[in-house]
Amino acid sequence: MKIALFIPCYVDQFYPQVGIATLELLEKLGCEVDYPKNQTCCGQPMANSGYESKNEKIDELFIDNFAGYDYVVCPSGSCTLHVKDHLHSASRETEAGSIRNNVYELVEFLHDILKVDKIETAFPHKVGLHASCHGLRGLRIAAAPELNIPPFNKTAALLQKVKGLDLVDLHMPGECCGFGGTFAVGEEALSVKMGKDRIKDHTDHEAEFIVGNDMSCLMHLEGIIGRNNMKVKVMHVAEILNGVSA
Amino acid sequence: MSHSTNTVTFLKDNKKVDWHNETLWWVRSKRDVSSKQIPEWEQLRELASGIKDSVLSNLAGYLEEFEKNAIANGINVHWAADAKEHNEIVTSILQKHNAQKLVKSKSILTEECHLNEHLEAHGFEVVDTDLGERIIQFVRQPPSHIVMPAIHLKKEDISEIFHEHLQTEKGNNDPQYLTEAARQHLRNKFIEADIALTGVNFGIAETGGFVVCTNEGNADMGVHLAPVHIACMGIEKLIPKLEHLGVYTRLLARSATGQPITNYTSHFHRPRSGQEMHIILVDNGRTEQLSREKFRNSLKCIRCGACMNTCPIYRRSGGYSYDATVPGPIGSILSPGVDLKKHQSLPFASTLCGSCSDVCPVKINIHEQLYEWRQVVADEKLDGAGKRISMTLAAKVLASPSLYNMLGKLARKSLSLLPKSLINNPLNAWGKQRDLPAPPKASFKEWYAKNRKS
Repeated sequence: MKIALFIPCYVDQFYPQVGIATLELLEKLGCEVDYPKNQTCCGQPMANSGYESKNEKIDELFIDNFAGYDYVVCPSGSCTLHVKDHLHSASRETEAGSIRNNVYELVEFLHDILKVDKIETAFPHKVGLHASCHGLRGLRIAAAPELNIPPFNKTAALLQKVKGLDLVDLHMPGECCGFGGTFAVGEEALSVKMGKDRIKDHTDHEAEFIVGNDMSCLMHLEGIIGRNNMKVKVMHVAEILNGVSA
Repeated sequence: MSHSTNTVTFLKDNKKVDWHNETLWWVRSKRDVSSKQIPEWEQLRELASGIKDSVLSNLAGYLEEFEKNAIANGINVHWAADAKEHNEIVTSILQKHNAQKLVKSKSILTEECHLNEHLEAHGFEVVDTDLGERIIQFVRQPPSHIVMPAIHLKKEDISEIFHEHLQTEKGNNDPQYLTEAARQHLRNKFIEADIALTGVNFGIAETGGFVVCTNEGNADMGVHLAPVHIACMGIEKLIPKLEHLGVYTRLLARSATGQPITNYTSHFHRPRSGQEMHIILVDNGRTEQLSREKFRNSLKCIRCGACMNTCPIYRRSGGYSYDATVPGPIGSILSPGVDLKKHQSLPFASTLCGSCSDVCPVKINIHEQLYEWRQVVADEKLDGAGKRISMTLAAKVLASPSLYNMLGKLARKSLSLLPKSLINNPLNAWGKQRDLPAPPKASFKEWYAKNRKS
């Protein structure tokens, strides 16, 4: 099984520990993981701003890096979804198509492909799970609360295997945190209001940690938490699954 | 004004924002409970979407079938290419009957056509008989929501409005007292009316009849008393057969408010003896939207408002922030098709969270269409040179591993050296109310080069 690790640009630059946790976790589970070193970004910031047309070279570079693997694994639902929905190439559409098929968000990969049934780590804390929208409604990592389908949640299923971890219920599970890429600056006031409301839902339910599959949402929440000197912390799901002491 | 500018104003009253948010969330929660009592809910959505696919791909045929059957039933059928024609047709019917007073049940189409203003300018009296619409008509406001038009007002506000316009006791906020006052006031208006106007929820091609759904019975009250009934219908409101109606009535009220069905589901087929019935079929941009492949199925909308109630943006920015007849997610994919320049900020009034698409009873891919409108806005260069330049530059940097590595390192270095006060300058929208992450010494890539085989 040839696996390539795709570390999103902002994780690479600002949250290397999340990339490291992802790599170590996959290695512990017996995977042989390549990290194609010329990778940059999936192109989502441009595309979601209306500039998908500028992404031609970014897409080509992505294909240069990730063609030929059985799986591309990424610790972000949002970047994974972007690749799945929008990676194209005029000259290499077959390669683009197979990457679109083979790209997995980390939790999806652990749950659906590796079918992980044991997690050997402990995290004796109250945790609120932030279901980032693109993972939730785009990749269907959990049953969206709007739908009338049997409930499931792949992230929660993994977290519940962690010793001592106590998942709290939320008032508005599935509610967006207000990050939204350039929305965070284009609609700054609303973005922050949404973030504050999201944090309050977690702290009202006594979560010590807000945990999610997307560091981008968590970066936005962490920014608000820091500015307001709040106690609650954010953490990527990979860090908990890989084992981290808090 | 852009959505973000309007939103800043709305957000100033944080308490009211929280109230608005929670009120609409309560409606969304009722919808969740109600939809989950129907085991075949997802099948119903699929069916509703599929039937509308058929309608939209054969719209001309269904319209002609509807017209033929409606005429055979004795209904006068009119065609309006745009709002102006629609308003002129209504006026000409009023004039023909020497009518002065018109009662109107809720019709977002007539809001879209600005019918009230048109009729008032011509000296007619128009009374909106839906309670929410009557409240905002008193204070000359447009609806802030398509199902709950006065949802932005609290009972204290309504008490004040009624005190001024209906002479109710000052400071009496009792909802029952206020509703009773409106009821007595509207009774007289119904009795005096020369003509009753309604919207249409569903037109049935097979029968030439149409269906109006209300909770207050005000459409029926108007129509049953007045000698003339005018029904205004957007051409996309058709369904092929009567047997399809149940699919939609089961979805509509559950999606809108969580009710199993609207209190009144009124079927109109022909004028009663001595009455005259008109139906106006209105295009007003709909065929143009139909011609846009990526945006066509926005016309499936049955106006339940569920996408507004679920939208985390709408709940916290209010209906007026959209500055459009139909606010919220569905409005943000319809309005750019009418006036792209005016509504260019609306596709960006979203985080693309996708809740609107999952809640939609006819499965419109709203968030994907928002994404597509963003591409159109950028292609048409409506979003400003600054954004275009920064996006072009970003795309260049991110297409080059060496540039990306170098600039990433530089950014981290500068962030670790610069004082917070300088980083969070007024030009940095991120830093206004949020910290930036503490920059790490090494990127993941740098760590990997040191710690793993290259």
